[in-house]
Amino acid sequence: MIRIDNVTKHYRGANRPALNGVSLEIEKGDFVFLVGASGSGKSSLMRLILREDIPNSGSVFVLGENLRRIPGRRVPYFRRKMGMVFQDFRLLPSKTVAQNVAFSLEVIGKSRAFIQTAVPDVLEMVGLGHKANNLPSELSGGEQQRVALARAIVNKPAILLADEPTGNLDPATSEEIMRLIERINAAGTTVVMATHDRGIVDRLQKRVVVLSEGNIISDMRDSGYVSVDKPTPGFAAPEIATEPALAQPPRLTETFTETIVTSRSFLDEVIYENEDEK
Amino acid sequence: MRLGFVLNEMAQGLRRNVSMVISIVLVTLVSLTFVGTALLLQFQITQMKSYWYDRAQVAIYLCTDTSPSAACPQGEASADVKTSVEQRLKSPLLKPYLKRYYFEDHKQAYQTFQQQFKGQAIAGYVTPDQLNETFWVKLKDPNQSDIITQSFNGVAGVEEVRDQRSYLDQIFSILNAASLAAIGVAVLMLFSASLLISTTIRLSALSRRRELGIMRLVGASNFTIQLPFILEGVVAATIGSVLASGAVWAIVQFFVQGYLAQALPFTSFVGIGKVAIIAPMLIGAGILLSAIASGAAIRRYLKI
Repeated sequence: MIRIDNVTKHYRGANRPALNGVSLEIEKGDFVFLVGASGSGKSSLMRLILREDIPNSGSVFVLGENLRRIPGRRVPYFRRKMGMVFQDFRLLPSKTVAQNVAFSLEVIGKSRAFIQTAVPDVLEMVGLGHKANNLPSELSGGEQQRVALARAIVNKPAILLADEPTGNLDPATSEEIMRLIERINAAGTTVVMATHDRGIVDRLQKRVVVLSEGNIISDMRDSGYVSVDKPTPGFAAPEIATEPALAQPPRLTETFTETIVTSRSFLDEVIYENEDEK
Repeated sequence: MRLGFVLNEMAQGLRRNVSMVISIVLVTLVSLTFVGTALLLQFQITQMKSYWYDRAQVAIYLCTDTSPSAACPQGEASADVKTSVEQRLKSPLLKPYLKRYYFEDHKQAYQTFQQQFKGQAIAGYVTPDQLNETFWVKLKDPNQSDIITQSFNGVAGVEEVRDQRSYLDQIFSILNAASLAAIGVAVLMLFSASLLISTTIRLSALSRRRELGIMRLVGASNFTIQLPFILEGVVAATIGSVLASGAVWAIVQFFVQGYLAQALPFTSFVGIGKVAIIAPMLIGAGILLSAIASGAAIRRYLKI
């Protein structure tokens, strides 16, 4: 579904590459978290998958297209098979909820009849059927993100890219959004989500790809590591993998918490948050 | 792609940019009015040429006693001279080219002169013998005046052979220069109009960059994204060019026909029918120019 082969992306003026020989494979129906500090290359990776950028070297295959070779005029048609949401929602302030969703269908030439049925359906699905005629400014952050999600999935994309979709939301609202994204994933859409929120990463128990300074330093499924490209010395995460607790936990247990705390992994923050919640 | 959507987007762009749109309308109005005026002048020149060239004759001026001695050392042309000129005009060599000719003697020349300069001081000074006796020659093809000129120039007793068109050519070259000047100003203004259009479209795109971003994100085709902007420029310029056509019509109706034709009743002026030829040209030029300018301006926003 998505195959990234030894990709390097160097932005002009930057002193180190945003992505440095990254390889990654994502299967149909996968749910993958991209985690890492700011500047680790998460967003660059998403831009490459969406063909907003072209890598300097290496290749990107998405939905059977070689994104280095795809001609410019075919890019719009490729993007119609992708959905994307952002931290800042990116809704049009002058359009109502329904108009925002309809806009994305109008501009790709869908018929009025299709729009008139698809828009209410998708708004109902994200739980905003009753706010169809409100303006984005009248909605809470969580509701705005649900509109953005509705817009991203209304055309039934094969892949949903989410760039920190919960970055502007409080934990409870984040949970709602994540439940919605999980439902979208359960319906068969491949989800790639960049996030800083390790609480979410931890609770969902999905595949986690950790990026640091343009390298993938760990690629971990809920059942453990899939592969580690370039282990960084001093990074503690690989040690967790050998911990038996990680092998099956469907949810955070106290033992799991302790294990991670003692291993002082990158999941530290998550744990502290969880303890606060208790 | 849905037409309603594109038109709606275009209307929004026009509303948001009202003052810039008005300036596009005005600049295209003024520049295309210049173009239209230049075209009118060209039509006028063509019309006057065909009118006057048809009537223009070649004059073979015979010597008088007052002619400059360089051309006429013998003074007044003798009867022999007249006969020989006339014979040559009748000769098989020249006859096929002539439509007709007639001879104007001193007396007739004097009458014509008195008519033309009636009421002016010069009419009182001139005496019949100062005016040339003249063979007026009308050619079948006015462009072949060289044949007459070459046959009679330098012949004893002939002061000068003059194609009347040479007088007209001076007038036409002045009119031509005026129409070139109008075209020059028009080109300059059209250039500034196209810059103005591309600036306006760029501003319009800037004010809608959120929409543009989302359109690109959800996979709108470049054509769908471009079209509202191109139409925005085209609509503004079309309004300008329609107004310019109206201005050209008004110039013909009120200035040329309403004033000039009354003031100079013996001259043939361009009619209102010419506006029907000029107006589509102006509107076409306006549409073409604005489509190119706005298309080029929006292209930069579409790098994928």
